[in-house]
Amino acid sequence: MKVDKNTLEKIAHLSRLYFNKNDESKMLKSLNDIIGWVDKLSEVDTSEVEPLTHMTDETNVFRNDENPKNLDREEGLKNAPQQNGEYFKVPRVLD
Amino acid sequence: MDQTVVDQYELVVGLEVHTQLSTQTKAFSNDVNSYGDEPNTNFSVITLAHPGTLPKSNKVAVEYAIKMGLACRCKIKRYNIFDRKNYFYPDLPKGFQLTQDKAPICLGGYFDVHSERGEVKIRLNRIHMEEDAGKSIHLEGAAFTMVDLNRAGVPLLEIVTEPDIRYAEEAVQVMEQIRRLVRYLNISDGNMEEGSLRCDANISVRKKGDEQLGCKVEVKNMNSMRNVQKAIEYEKLRQIKALELGEEIISETRTFNPDTGKTYGMRTKEALNDYRYFPEPDLPPIIIKEEDLKRLESEMPPLPHELFMKFTDEYKLPSYDAGVLTDQKEIALYFEDLCKYTSNYKSASNWLMTTIKSYLNENNIEIGDFPLKSAQIAQLIQLVDDGQVSNTVAKNKLLKAFLKAPSVHPKTLAERLNIIQESDDDFITPIINNVLERYPDKVVAYKKGKKNLLGMFMGEVMKESKGKVDPKKANQLIREALEK
Repeated sequence: MKVDKNTLEKIAHLSRLYFNKNDESKMLKSLNDIIGWVDKLSEVDTSEVEPLTHMTDETNVFRNDENPKNLDREEGLKNAPQQNGEYFKVPRVLD
Repeated sequence: MDQTVVDQYELVVGLEVHTQLSTQTKAFSNDVNSYGDEPNTNFSVITLAHPGTLPKSNKVAVEYAIKMGLACRCKIKRYNIFDRKNYFYPDLPKGFQLTQDKAPICLGGYFDVHSERGEVKIRLNRIHMEEDAGKSIHLEGAAFTMVDLNRAGVPLLEIVTEPDIRYAEEAVQVMEQIRRLVRYLNISDGNMEEGSLRCDANISVRKKGDEQLGCKVEVKNMNSMRNVQKAIEYEKLRQIKALELGEEIISETRTFNPDTGKTYGMRTKEALNDYRYFPEPDLPPIIIKEEDLKRLESEMPPLPHELFMKFTDEYKLPSYDAGVLTDQKEIALYFEDLCKYTSNYKSASNWLMTTIKSYLNENNIEIGDFPLKSAQIAQLIQLVDDGQVSNTVAKNKLLKAFLKAPSVHPKTLAERLNIIQESDDDFITPIINNVLERYPDKVVAYKKGKKNLLGMFMGEVMKESKGKVDPKKANQLIREALEK
């Protein structure tokens, strides 16, 4: 797989990250290096191997449905760039 | 549009139904799961996705998912993981929704529905667990969107059907069955108006006989059973019209407006959907053990379709009665209990479907608050069956008195009220004689062949006896007197 300019722009948009146009070729090289390295791993036949989804052997880590506890509203809102004491305010979503 | 044109097309619908689980706490954190609270009061650092926080699965939410799967006759998957569905939207602070993509907890299953094409099975594709997002409020003309995160992280089940639905009424029946099941299982309140039960419909049309599915449109925002029906019917016609005009159906998301009864294309700024699902590494796999599955199976309440079968097969009730009685679990269980004390099942059904239900409606109470126990209703049924009181009197006067004095035996109350039916000849005959004397011309008319006057004599006798005579006996005695 090769990352081209379009892929780069799409990834940046999806992750809401912005970069300087001058850095484009640097970014492309860096991403392609990583992808290339992963492509190298693909040479190993893993058709008989279940995908590894978790790094520990832990299973069934549950919480009981009890002792509900909320964070204080003021505490929860205070780090938002914009809020009015009741709601988070974000740029208009619908056109 | 010409009906013959419409009839050339076939509707194809699949549903995606979301139901909020009525747990105390959220799916992956212990903040309060409750509807209608002040905005942004039910949240935690996990819901708000603060750095360094880790989710932890709510055990009860998983159990509810399994119960729903068992009720829908699904196969329960033993090894479960969650996936991240990535997208940026302000009602989702993490930037992804926790859901199950490739390996849903419940597979298969079905609902039976009936429509003009007869009895059919609507197959389920899957039921999976996920979390709800917050609520965005877009005020007309405002520069900002307001976000309330109370709902973010609330446990949801998503129930996905195969595209097996061909009529709007079938979609409504599927929704009704889901609502009934979640209420029987007590895992959700199933309230569509408040959004705890939500329906998205994938709707397409194709020429009858075509194998290939048409281009589908996803319709959202149908917040009542009626609106599900109306939205699907509207969308079907809209698509047929477009196709007839040679237009192409655009695969898009549309919203239903209940005021106009129409669907409208939704334009959001985010057009690019690329969810980049991947396994959630922060939630260890959930393995459902045999013993847990056995326990949950044993905890299952009787289900509406099972009770329906029992009521029609064993109690020989009409399907209409069985349908009404099984609509609500508490009513169905009250009826089940009542049938332990009486074997007059049809009478028991009538009492519950009409008399008791209208009392509940008038007083705005649930069956659990009804003052009389099922055994006491059986006593009333017995009094009627023994001919001691008439059915009408039992359902009016006697029931009223019984409700006021539930500790007194209804027979005693009937005696006090002087409403025990008289079936004694010596009591009834003088009354009949009085009536016949009063209407000599009618007696002559009857004898000349106007047999339908019997009803009028009957009415007079009932009136004169203040409803106390046994109607069967009176009827017989009047006939005898007239034919003398």
